[in-house]
Amino acid sequence: MPNMSLNKNPMPVQDPQIRNKNFSEVALGYTPEQAIDEANRCLNCKTRPCVAGCPVKVAIPDFIAKVREGDFEGAYQIISLSSSLPAVCGRVCPQETQCESKCVRGIKGEPVAIGRLERFVADWHMANSKGEAEKPASNGHKVAVIGAGPSGLTCAGDLAKKGYEVTVFEALHIAGGVLVYGIPEFRLPKAIVQKEVDGLKAMGVEINTNTVIGKTLSVDELFDEGYEAVFIGSGAGLPSFMKIPGENLKGVYSANEFLTRINLMKAYKEDSDTPVMRPKRVAVCGGGNVAMDAARCAKRLGAEKVYIVYRRSEDEMPARREEVEHAKEEDIIFNTLTNPVEIIGDEKKFVAGMKCVKMELGEPDASGRRKPIVIEGSEHVLDVDCVIMAIGTSPNPLIRDTTKGLETNKRGCIITEEETGLTSREGVYAGGDAVTGAATVILAMGAGKNAAAAIDKYISEKQ
Amino acid sequence: MFQVCEKKRLNPTVTMMKIKAPLVAKKAEPGQFIILRVDENGERIPLTVADFDRENGTVTIIYQLVGSTTKKLDAVEEGGYIHDFVGPLGRASETEGLKKVAVIGGGVGCAIAYPTAKKLHELGCEVHAIVGFRNKDLVILEDEFKASTSKLVLVTDDGSYGTKGLVTDALKALIESGEQYDEVIAIGPLIMMKFVCKLTKEYGIKTVVSMNPIMVDGTGMCGGCRLTVGGETKFACVDGPDFDGHLVDFDEMMERNRMYGDFERHKYEDTCNLLNKEI
Repeated sequence: MPNMSLNKNPMPVQDPQIRNKNFSEVALGYTPEQAIDEANRCLNCKTRPCVAGCPVKVAIPDFIAKVREGDFEGAYQIISLSSSLPAVCGRVCPQETQCESKCVRGIKGEPVAIGRLERFVADWHMANSKGEAEKPASNGHKVAVIGAGPSGLTCAGDLAKKGYEVTVFEALHIAGGVLVYGIPEFRLPKAIVQKEVDGLKAMGVEINTNTVIGKTLSVDELFDEGYEAVFIGSGAGLPSFMKIPGENLKGVYSANEFLTRINLMKAYKEDSDTPVMRPKRVAVCGGGNVAMDAARCAKRLGAEKVYIVYRRSEDEMPARREEVEHAKEEDIIFNTLTNPVEIIGDEKKFVAGMKCVKMELGEPDASGRRKPIVIEGSEHVLDVDCVIMAIGTSPNPLIRDTTKGLETNKRGCIITEEETGLTSREGVYAGGDAVTGAATVILAMGAGKNAAAAIDKYISEKQ
Repeated sequence: MFQVCEKKRLNPTVTMMKIKAPLVAKKAEPGQFIILRVDENGERIPLTVADFDRENGTVTIIYQLVGSTTKKLDAVEEGGYIHDFVGPLGRASETEGLKKVAVIGGGVGCAIAYPTAKKLHELGCEVHAIVGFRNKDLVILEDEFKASTSKLVLVTDDGSYGTKGLVTDALKALIESGEQYDEVIAIGPLIMMKFVCKLTKEYGIKTVVSMNPIMVDGTGMCGGCRLTVGGETKFACVDGPDFDGHLVDFDEMMERNRMYGDFERHKYEDTCNLLNKEI
């Protein structure tokens, strides 16, 4: 008998007032009983609309059927046919706008908790699986992947499964990209990322850290070294600022810098050599997931007051609903319809406040969202000692400046063929934020997956 | 892991290391920098390339013992290893087409000024160097500069070696004596670069400075190294580290580099205590 409850099994979480003082994971994960109970909510419908909503096309009803039977390893095997990083996706995918948004159960009540089930299955596998992934027999072809983030790792994993000898070149000192420098420990424990990376290594993927393509080596040199195709998954680039006075005061961070210090460099730990400010009152400018991550990190570093400052209303916020809710539970204050106009410094050039104006929503603009308009005479000063700018990034120039014939658009993003990720250079493919500008982990993974298929076709047909 | 092939103390607080890093050595040019991490908990710090040997695959760094990380780095002995070493980062100094240049180095900044002077010299440019130190004990690279310049003026703050005075005094004297430079390249403490630029602006001589702001990734991701150049925000790691000195907001840069002063002092004391205990 299917479980006809209208609601998902709730995710057990740490209490908000406890978790906003630690960096341990917020969500605690389903028990096997909860997972089976939730799996019983799936109607296993023939049309499988959920699969169509997944950028990497996980066979969702099939893995859920295995969960229902209690065959969790079987469920994992099904997911891993399509996804290289299930434990990551189960945590950070915006399921509510993808698979779960298409679920029939969502028409009346809540959809099946596909993301939570995926996470459960991946964690169960990590905790219980004995066998290492087998290294497939080499097909003798070498492929280079630039960037060990979500798109690069996915591309590398898919190609390695087909027998390619894949080398991933990573600029930072560890693999993971945004999964290690951007997304905080409390949303995605770094040990989980490490295990996923170890899984790829066991399949034969080689990861060269401390190698900046465009500086240490060029794309052309990779071809000279015998790589037959190159995938560029170099990720987001330089942080954007608002170009308002005071942005270079001490205590103004880009979200990239603030999060990198905390996540990659572990500045929240006492024994880390990397400093990070421990502010008392923080304004985070922006309304995306990165803004939520930065705000929640600031709270955990001991800030008394943390504000999200966003110029539109909460309805227009690009952040996931769940992240907004989690932030609110953790006492993050939402100053929506508010726009910063100046950051004020003290005599030592530290941040002493942020001048803002109130906004109201007018007619819809080019993005289809209602355009915020300044309310006359609404100027006020927010009493803060730290400002974090989380308003996006522009693509990194290092690869496009050093790769002849690689076309980019006006914003500096690499131009690719949508289906395959093929760039204007033969044998060079690209995907993820380097192509789209700041987007999500799963979209980057989808691009890595498509490119892997295209690279396989390209090399096979070339012979 | 990257091996320390050679280590030499240049003065009581400045040390030279040659690091085995063939890929970095193959590409490095004067003006570029590397980022290193001493150990697993280490912070990422940028150090400008002081020299490189493409044949032997080594990169030379010269650092001053100023804080916790350089103290830890200094505890690594010849034959030992440092955890991470990445580069070459940033843009190379522009050396094309220069006929006569004054290269100015202040303190440990001489380590960065030297490879540029050497390259210009090799390209047939007439190089005058002015190097300044607080006192005689701190003098570094004197012979190296001598070999790569047609004129070397050495000044010390206290007059214990060379001429007593500041690099700006020496530069002014050279200009006043009729020397005409296409460009001045100034590398050293921010305050020194600021006053060199003030002087050369009066004479209308183009001046290039090398900035060394606080960085994390060094590859154009964190934005921590931003500074104001000609009223615009620039990122030292990808737009620099060399900039037109007449356009740099030095006062802002000096403030930004003091951001973690308190943290660094505490960390330095902790590290000293730890290292002492181990000994």
